[in-house]
Amino acid sequence: MLEFAVELFSDYTARTILLGAASLGVVSGVVGSYAVLRKQSLVGDVMSHAALPGIVLAFLIMGVKEQLPIFIGAALSAVLAVFLINLVTSNSRIKTDSAMGMALSVFFGLGLVLLTYAQKMPDANQAGLDKFLFGQAEALVEKDVLVIGLTGVFALLVVGVFWKEFKLLCFDPDFGGTMGFSMKSLDLLVTAVIVSAIVIGLQTVGVVLMSSLLIAPAVAARQWTGSMGSMVILAASVAVVSAVTGVALSSGLENVPTGPAVIVCVSIIAFFSVLFSPNGFFTLKFKDARSRREIRKDYVLKALHDLALEHNDPGYAHSERLLALGSEKGFNVRESLSQLQAAGYVERVGEENWRLTPSGILEIRELSPLEKSG
Amino acid sequence: MSSGEQHPAVRVTDLTVAYGDKTVLWDIDLEIPGGSMVAVVGPNGAGKTTLIKSIQGLVPRIAGVVSIHGEPYEKQRKEVSYVPQRGSVDWDFPTSVVDTVKMGSYGDLGWIRRPGRKEHEKALGALEKVDMAEFAHRQISQLSGGQQQRVFLARALVQSASVYLLDEPFQGVDATTEKAIVRILKELVAGGKTVLAVHHDLNTVSEYYERIAILNVGLVASGRVDEVFNSENLMKAYGGKTSFFPERKSARRAV
Repeated sequence: MLEFAVELFSDYTARTILLGAASLGVVSGVVGSYAVLRKQSLVGDVMSHAALPGIVLAFLIMGVKEQLPIFIGAALSAVLAVFLINLVTSNSRIKTDSAMGMALSVFFGLGLVLLTYAQKMPDANQAGLDKFLFGQAEALVEKDVLVIGLTGVFALLVVGVFWKEFKLLCFDPDFGGTMGFSMKSLDLLVTAVIVSAIVIGLQTVGVVLMSSLLIAPAVAARQWTGSMGSMVILAASVAVVSAVTGVALSSGLENVPTGPAVIVCVSIIAFFSVLFSPNGFFTLKFKDARSRREIRKDYVLKALHDLALEHNDPGYAHSERLLALGSEKGFNVRESLSQLQAAGYVERVGEENWRLTPSGILEIRELSPLEKSG
Repeated sequence: MSSGEQHPAVRVTDLTVAYGDKTVLWDIDLEIPGGSMVAVVGPNGAGKTTLIKSIQGLVPRIAGVVSIHGEPYEKQRKEVSYVPQRGSVDWDFPTSVVDTVKMGSYGDLGWIRRPGRKEHEKALGALEKVDMAEFAHRQISQLSGGQQQRVFLARALVQSASVYLLDEPFQGVDATTEKAIVRILKELVAGGKTVLAVHHDLNTVSEYYERIAILNVGLVASGRVDEVFNSENLMKAYGGKTSFFPERKSARRAV
């Protein structure tokens, strides 16, 4: 495997392909962040699937697998799908999710039908057209990488120039509108950038999975940072690592299309982030458990204190049973008592009884917010 | 109030707005004199939010004209500050408090130019005014409802406009925040600014505002609170659905 990697990086063709994958990663990560922040992840999915009929039609019309016509065909049919979704939702009672589901299946279905038809054609030109389904990075040549790179530079320039405006668009478009920014134009611009990112990824990752390369890196990045700038940069890095690893994997293993290999990589990173980041599933569960333990300790401490006050003696000892009864907290009082004992706030008197230590009495005064509200 | 030739801060003429086949605002004529603090009240679905939005062209007007200080709104955007409903944005958005407040300066910056040192200072100053200076570098996702509202107000303050349009600024905020916001709004009015706020709590109308617009699709009444805020007009707007009558208010004011 290592040998293979060395070979991959030293070979000119392989370097070209990896460069293409890396550029694609940068663009997808950056642009995908906007799709996620605008809650338009599904639109990306619809657009990438909807590109298929455009790809095949472009081929059928031109008769050759030229890159430019195919890109234009893909972009046009992706945009048409979004246009139809807007048309349907604003002129009927059909909701956006249903309209998107329909657009995706109708366009993708049509694309598959056209693809089957194209593949039955007698000449051999159409060979490899089906690679657009799941992507085939090996097919990338220098010219393709150049187009990916140029489109990428365009997308990044747009994002860089309109950074502030795009932030308004994502966070509070109404407010942006009142300041005189045309939110409609900005919306079109973001859509254009997303479409171009999808189009340049079709050859490498394929129509079926391209949207994942947009969405998953942004989702992963969002877990680790609270600033939009670092989210975009991190998403780009995640996408580059995934795209390059995926391409390397699919060339190393026979018959593995590039798209699935890339998506497996990016999904692993996204899953890990969702589970283990500072706001991730496990971290939150852990924090929850800790605060539940702390709050229960405070309850028990306060219960001991209240009982002691009834006897006008802060050090008065009470039985564990009485604490459990009087408190009706529905949790294991003994466990909290042991934890308090370990902290030195309570001490055991005899077999069954507990009382506050001086530092426990100090601690209960620290809990004043609880005292006030209770 | 509208003395001589002076134009009102906000003038709405023949404003009608509809969503689909539902008329939301019908033929509204409204004049807000400069330097006043005005409550917009009315039952749910009365079109209060739509009024605020349509003044700023955020929802299309079927008919009607809006002018600010005598000029069409479109020419006077910089004179108008907008505080939308707190719930209208996603507070999980990855940004800090100070960066959110800075958005208020984007209008003055215009296209492409980025906020710099000056805008940063201005944002910090606005945060100071709403007692949120210590939260400047917090994530907005960590704020409470009251703090979110203060951030939105700070963002509007940065705009240094002369007319403030607020959509339910007291919705779901704590009592301290409510008092702080009222204090800031009254300071603005004392400085000659105009405040128009969608308001829900009829109990505090007389305490907070000098003028009121009572709305229910049509404009039921508008004018000075002591003149038009009465049971007759409220009945017209709310029907039998409100048990609030200003006659009983004097007893309650003792609080």
